[in-house]
Amino acid sequence: MTTVSTDDFTFVADFLRQRSAISIGPGKEYLVESRLTPLARDIGLADLNALIGELRRPFPDPSIRDRVVEAMTTNETSFFRDQHPFEAMRTTLVPQVIERNAGVRRLNIWSAASSTGQELYSIAMLLDSNFPELQNWDVTLMGTDLSTDVLARAREGRFSALEVNRGLPAPMMVRYFERAGAEYVVDANLRRWCTFKQMNLAEAWPVLPIFDIVFCRNVLIYFEIPVRQQILDKVRRTLTPGGHLLLGAAETTLGVVDGYSPVRIGNTVAYRVEA
Amino acid sequence: MKALIIDDSRAMRMLLRRVVTGLGFEVLEAGNGQEALDVIAAGELPDVALIDWNMPVMNGLEFVSAMRANTETRAVTLMMVTTESERTQIVRALAAGAHEYLIKPFTEDALVSKLEMLGLLPVVV
Repeated sequence: MTTVSTDDFTFVADFLRQRSAISIGPGKEYLVESRLTPLARDIGLADLNALIGELRRPFPDPSIRDRVVEAMTTNETSFFRDQHPFEAMRTTLVPQVIERNAGVRRLNIWSAASSTGQELYSIAMLLDSNFPELQNWDVTLMGTDLSTDVLARAREGRFSALEVNRGLPAPMMVRYFERAGAEYVVDANLRRWCTFKQMNLAEAWPVLPIFDIVFCRNVLIYFEIPVRQQILDKVRRTLTPGGHLLLGAAETTLGVVDGYSPVRIGNTVAYRVEA
Repeated sequence: MKALIIDDSRAMRMLLRRVVTGLGFEVLEAGNGQEALDVIAAGELPDVALIDWNMPVMNGLEFVSAMRANTETRAVTLMMVTTESERTQIVRALAAGAHEYLIKPFTEDALVSKLEMLGLLPVVV
């Protein structure tokens, strides 16, 4: 693998900060090498140096520019990742919404960095298997991601054996997945609740519904503090009063923005928007 | 915690042994279902059994059925670890009494996630 020079690393880091507000600090050279070397080959360029050379041109090819941003976006995900937030959903957060919204019978949930869809489909499985009353509700589960590649995969709802091995309980797998060749496809009935849209959290947001619960886990850590503040403020405005935000275990709103109250539920912390 | 690894492939037993030992489990091994029942009959009751499907003498599904039929072994957590990846096979294994199912080949973190969801490892985030 080509080693990235200090100058090139700084250039890529600046490029990413400008294009996506994603911040990669010193010591992350390996990330640039491991993500962009395969991309260079895929595009038909000789190596990483050639790819960075393309980016340095006065008017770089927009498709190459976008693919670099996508390749540098972390897509690590699994079904029911970390378990605890889903347990909090089952025991507390969803029952609260069902009580609060009983009149309008509407439930809106957003997975703000949905990657290939495991988080959103996990939410759908949790709702379907635990809350039969929602069958008569207007349920919208929205997944957004920066990367059009991963969104295309999320929409298809197709997962490899390696992916369904990660975090998906076997009873859920046989209940909600069909085998299709070497892959497993999410049941159409479950997918009717799920929509996926391209969205860059660090840029202007489209008009969004008002959500009852927002998952924004393990994505803020890639942004610098001012961008985190902007995103958390905007998320707060999309949440209904009394709605909850779920962050990654290493993330918090405390000391970053106001307007959220941390609520411990079992082994997780949810951030409640006050009424 | 004690894990019983049941697989006719010595290489697979070694791989699983390395991973679960690293997770803090004491490890027992057997080359097929009957050998595993013999290990248990000799007084070594595991907390969890990791079970291949296709093995000589007694296959994994027969082992699962035998474990669930015996009141003394019914509480042992049973996880299939197999190349059998058809949905119908997974349904059969669960109906026979397996608690979880891991498809080979698998990554180490997939095995860890299954052990976490079975309550055999604390969930680390």
